[in-house]
Formats: sequence, C-alpha cells, structure tokens
Amino acid sequence: MAEPLLTIEGLRIEATAYPPGEPPRDVVLVEDVSFALEKGKVLGLIGESGAGKSTIGLSSMAYGRGGVRLTGGAIRLNGRDIRLAGSSDLRKLRGREVTYVAQSAAAAFNPALRLMDQVIETSLRHGILSKEAAEKRAISLFRKLGLPNPESIGRRYPHQVSGGQLQRVMTAMALCPKPDLVIFDEPTTALDVTTQIEVLAAIKEAIADTGVAALYITHDLAVVAQVADAIMVLRAGKKVEYGTTQQIIETPREDYTRALVSVRSIDHKEKAEAELVLSVRNVTARYRGTNFDVLKNINVDLPAGQTLAVVGESGSGKSTLARVITGLLPASRGEINFAGRVLSPELRARSKDDLRELQMIYQMADTAMNPRQTVGTIIGRPLEFYFGLKGEARRKRVQELLDQIEMGSGYIDRYPAELSGGQKQRVCIARALAAKPKLIICDEVTSALDPLVADGILKLLLELQAQEHVAYLFITHDLATVRAIADRIAVMYRGEVVRYGTKTDVLSPPFDDYTDLLLSSVPEMKLGWLEKVIETRSMEAAGN
Amino acid sequence: MRGIPISALIGLVFTTAYFLAAILADLLAPYGMAEVVGGVWEPSSAEHWLGTDGIGRDLLSRMIYGGRTTILVATAATLLSFTLGSVLGFLAAVRGGWVDQLLSRLVDLMMSIPSLISALVVLSVMPVTLPVLILVMGILDATRVFRLSRAVAVDIAVMDYVEAARLRGERQGWIIAREILPNALSPLVAEMGLRFIFMVLFISTLSFLGLGVQPPLADWGGIVKENKDGIVYGIPAALIPAVAIATLAISVNLVADWVLNRTTSLKGGRGG
Repeated sequence: MAEPLLTIEGLRIEATAYPPGEPPRDVVLVEDVSFALEKGKVLGLIGESGAGKSTIGLSSMAYGRGGVRLTGGAIRLNGRDIRLAGSSDLRKLRGREVTYVAQSAAAAFNPALRLMDQVIETSLRHGILSKEAAEKRAISLFRKLGLPNPESIGRRYPHQVSGGQLQRVMTAMALCPKPDLVIFDEPTTALDVTTQIEVLAAIKEAIADTGVAALYITHDLAVVAQVADAIMVLRAGKKVEYGTTQQIIETPREDYTRALVSVRSIDHKEKAEAELVLSVRNVTARYRGTNFDVLKNINVDLPAGQTLAVVGESGSGKSTLARVITGLLPASRGEINFAGRVLSPELRARSKDDLRELQMIYQMADTAMNPRQTVGTIIGRPLEFYFGLKGEARRKRVQELLDQIEMGSGYIDRYPAELSGGQKQRVCIARALAAKPKLIICDEVTSALDPLVADGILKLLLELQAQEHVAYLFITHDLATVRAIADRIAVMYRGEVVRYGTKTDVLSPPFDDYTDLLLSSVPEMKLGWLEKVIETRSMEAAGN
Repeated sequence: MRGIPISALIGLVFTTAYFLAAILADLLAPYGMAEVVGGVWEPSSAEHWLGTDGIGRDLLSRMIYGGRTTILVATAATLLSFTLGSVLGFLAAVRGGWVDQLLSRLVDLMMSIPSLISALVVLSVMPVTLPVLILVMGILDATRVFRLSRAVAVDIAVMDYVEAARLRGERQGWIIAREILPNALSPLVAEMGLRFIFMVLFISTLSFLGLGVQPPLADWGGIVKENKDGIVYGIPAALIPAVAIATLAISVNLVADWVLNRTTSLKGGRGG
C-alpha cells in the first residue's frame, strides 16, 4: 500500500504561558495525537474551543501561531518529515502542497487588492501556473463553487461581495495552486445557516472534483458529518475518539462523543396561554440619518413567564427589535406595552421600575462585563441601584444569586478574566436576575459558546424561568436552540416578521418559502443529509 | 522592591532624587538662589561643585532652586491638563452629538496654532507669573489629553457593559467614573509621563525665550539662557541644565513604562 499523503505520529505541541504575577511556564497544547490522511480523503477535527484542533490543523504545514512550538512527534507529508524543516523548505511547501482556508474570510483578504489578484497570487509566486492559466483556473473554480458571474467576480474588491461568497472565493484561492492538502479552519462558522449550506455543498463538491485531501476543522459535529470521511474528536489537546464518520455518528464509543452527538436534545413543551407581559404593536423603526425602515410594522406578543424566540439571519432586524424594546433606539411608530403599561419609546423617559423589570443579556459575555470589576461588584450593582442593598446584605444576596446559577462560593471576588466562557455568561445571567425582572432579552446568548456549554446555559435559563416566572425574548439564528426553549416563535426576514405563532404552529407545515429555507438549512446529525437537501432544492427549482 | 525591573529601578531612583531635591531645595542648596558668591564662570571646585554662573552665582544652588521651579510648574500644568482634558474628553465620548462636535472642533481650532506660538502670544499680553504660566501651559496641553482620552473612551463607550449600565439607568457621571475611567487609565498613565516631560521642555523653552520664569527666579531653561554665551569660551555651564532635563525625561518615562506594564498585567487588565 502506498504511503498516505499526511501522517502525524505522536504529535506534541507546547507553548509558553505568561500568567500574571507568576514566572512563565510551558504548557502542553497537544499531546500524543496521531492520524493518517490519504489522498482525496477528508478528516474532520472536532472539539470545543481550546481543544487544539486549529493548532493541529496548522501543524500539518509545520506552522505554529505566535509562540507555539512543535516539540515532538513526526509530521510526514508526501513522504518526508516536515516538523523541523527549515524556513526555505517550508516556504516552498506552503501554498504548493498545503493551503489554508481561514474562519473569517473578511479578515483574511487584503481589502486593497482585487479578488483575482489574491486568488492567483500563490500560484504565481510558486511558478506553478502562468498568469493566464491561473486566471482561467480561478474562473473555473469560481464556477465550480457556484459563485455568481464567475468571469467578472475576480475584478471585485473583497467588500463588494457577501460573506458567504468571500468564503467561497477563499476556497478557490486555496484550491488554485493544485495543492495536495487543504486545511479548512471553521470555514462556515461565521456564516448564516442558509448561507452555510451553500458554502458547505460548494466545498464538498470542489473537494470531490479536484481530488485533494482535506482537514476540516469545526466545533459542529453535524457540519463535519456532511463532508468528512473520518472524524477525530479532540478534547484539551488529546484524542478522545478517532473513527469513520459513520461510526462516530451512529455508534460513538466514548461518553464525550455521545454527549456531542446528543447535544440540543432538551425537551421543552410549550406552555399554555397566559397574560401578556410584552406586546409589541405596529412598531416601525429606523436609524437616525437614514431613510430606510430597519423594522417594518412589527407585531409580537409574549405571555408572562414564557419564551418568545426571534429567529432570522444576520441583518434581519432581530437585534434592532431588542434595541427598540429596551429604548436604545426609539421606535418611530407603534406602541410597546410592558407589564400592563405603555413603555415610553425613549430610554431616558422610562421609570426606574420599567428599567428594572426589563433586563438584557448579551452575546459576548466578555464585553458585557467591566474587566476591572469583580463578580461581586458586577452582580451587586443592580442590587444596590434598584433595592439599595449595601454591605453584608448585598454580599449575601450576591452569593444567593451565584448559588442559583450553580457557581457556588469562591467566585465572588474573581475578575471576569478568571472565568471560563460559560461562567462569564452565567454571571451575566445573575446580573440580569438580580434586578428581579419580568422580562429578560437574551441576544444570541449561546452562539459564542461551545455546544456542551451552551446546553448548560439553556438548561439553566429554563430552570430559572420555572423558579422566577421570568419571560425571555430570545434572539437567535440557531433553530436547534429555538426548538429547545421556545414557547412562541417569530421568524424575521429583512425587518419584517414573516411568521409568528406558537412553536408547534410555526414549526409545522405548510411553511412559507423563507421559513422552509431556514428550517431545511439547519444541519442534521445524519449522514447524507446535505445531499438530500441539495437534491430536494434542485428538484424544486427544476419544478418551478 | 522585589520584581521591579532594573530599568524601572533606575528611573525610580533618579525621579525620586529630582523630586526630593525640588522639595528640599532650601535645605540642600549650599548657597542662596540669587546670592553672588564668586567670580564669573569659575570652574568646579570644593566650594562650588558645579562652578559659578555668568554673574558669579553658585551653579549647584541655582540648579536645585531651578529644578524646584521647573518641576513645580511642569507638575501643576500636567495635573491641570489631565484633569481638564480627560474630563472633557470622556464627556465628549459619552455624550456624543453636539457636545462632542463643539468640544472637538474647539480643540481642533486650538491645535491648529502651534502651542508655542499661542503661548508666546498669550504671555506677551499677560503678566508672567507662575499661576498664569501653569494655566496657559495646562490649557494648551489639555487639547492633546482631550484627544487621547476621547479616543480611548469612544472605544470603551460602545462596550456592552457601558450599554448595560445605561439600560440600568445609571447617571452619566457614574458611567464615566466607574465604567470608563478604570479601563482608560493605562494609556492615560503612560501619556502622563510623556506629557510631564513635554511640560518640562515647554517651560524651559519659554524661559529660554524670556517669556517663562522671570529672573532672578531660577529655572533650568533660564539657566541655559543666562549661560549660553559661555559656550563660545568653552564653558559648560549651559549644558548642565540640559543634562538635568534629559535625565529627568528618561527616568520619568522609565517609571511610566513600568507603571503601564504593571497596570495592564493586573488581574482583569487588558492585554498581557
């Protein structure tokens, strides 16, 4: 049997950590990871953030991000060990044998150069193709990847195409010099579900057509199940499980893998009708200095102690709706009824009770907490501000809240930087809860978190809802989350609510076109799901 | 003293020495400030460690008294410019809108004229006393601090935690003092070291041009001016205050660098 394209054996990667106030020490990022990848095959690397998946991916071109050292093991590419190769050897190898597709295409392109120049740059630098041949190949790749106007799109600048298109252009860039191996580092994570499916299908087809091998890095098992032949599950730099895609999805051996496969299986039954806590009537809003309504005639209701999920892609106006309800962006028309009274559109005109009973939790817990305040100060401030609690009484109440969010003692004097991502979000929940609100607006609160951590947060939110009888307005783009927690759903598209009702109604056919597209785009943890969806869609397109 | 890097230690020693000399000038100086005690431009000797100046005053005593004036004026002007500049800068960033426009354009207007020129113009029509000097220098320099603190605060003001405080109903003053200031401190402290040195140079320049500290009161720029003719005859008296200005500048900045490093690596600090 011929030697595989890439063999990694006993890989060990270290870096130096600089903890404040302590001497620097070496930390092991990746330990004893081995796998082999044959030509034309796709290996999925999956794990939570910090699992070392990107580090391993980059090591396959013998690269370590700032301060990262490849200290042990062998990285054999095309029959030679490249772990300790010199920089001139590596320069020849990178871009010729191995290429890389980054997560954020918007940040990876040079905004001052046209797309075509960037796509063919590697091929020209390495002398693989002539300029004409490279441009011809780029155009054929654009066509293969389903980009509109393949002949002329290369003349555009990065800001002139959408995020999903840019991600496909980057894939073309990686495939243009005919590499043996492409590293895809979370290529669809930053995209909307409806865009993700297109990019995913394009990438899969391009891999099949060009016959390259690929490492596909992601935290979403359902995504990787669609493209990979084999999957390696990683946790804290170590291998958890390594097997074929079918085996990992259908018969996972390890507990951790099983948890990943069954994530978002929270079963939540929708509650019966109740008195409304929030009622948005005919609300229209626009940003100052623009002549375009970002919200058009919005009507939604939210019963007390229940959850209204607002779903839509980026730019659909769901976060703007939150800003209008909180008063940060006064509505130009319409009325918001909250807890039996009419809310003033302006934040400054609202009473202290209005402010207290309407709290907010943000997507990025990192920026939602002042890095210079302790957890005790962060949670304690609303207690002091709304209820005048001071000193020991305040501290006691903060501890009660910490117990409620399952964090226990020992956290009250910590700073946000000393907490994990999930803990940070829990502290933000406690801060909102401290005000004893009737409604909490949750703006994408789980989308920056790893799946298992996000699951924990959702369960906590449901428990708190049962205890405190608080209502949630839950903004999200993730339909799995919606299924898990919503009582009512509003689907938003281009500033309008295109579908609104109870969860069962919204999620049962007949669907409108947009809801159908949205629902069918959510990756399912099934083999062959992608092909099925694409096939259905092309049949529908042909039928029309 | 453990854990202080050697560069910061050197800076700390020199800075402390200069400030102590300024505070204890009356005790340290061997002769009076304006007392004529010897011949013209005597070389250094046991009685006059640094020699004497152009009219026979002890140069060491004048350096010590001059240091007091220079450091006093520079410190007071720095404090004034920081208080004024950062308060207005934060206000402009948090309020935005017409407040920001008004303040920012006013600052642009002031900065469009070189500060040395505007200082000379103002001082040529005002009585040149120490409070006036401090006021003029402080206000002119506040424009730079305003720009920096506004830029830093604009970044912080869009953070979700500031929005959360607004939604809670906090007052503007509270938001500035509790949410923005602690996070803006690091760049401001670093800037403070730099601005202090610019103040030392500024007051020295003014005195050298004759519109700063007025004789017989001594200050470093004035000492350079009084002794500049000596250079032609190979007499180094004018270079001594120059050396003092340079060493003070370097040592203050070594300390500022260290403070900056320390505050950013604090628990919960930004960066590493």
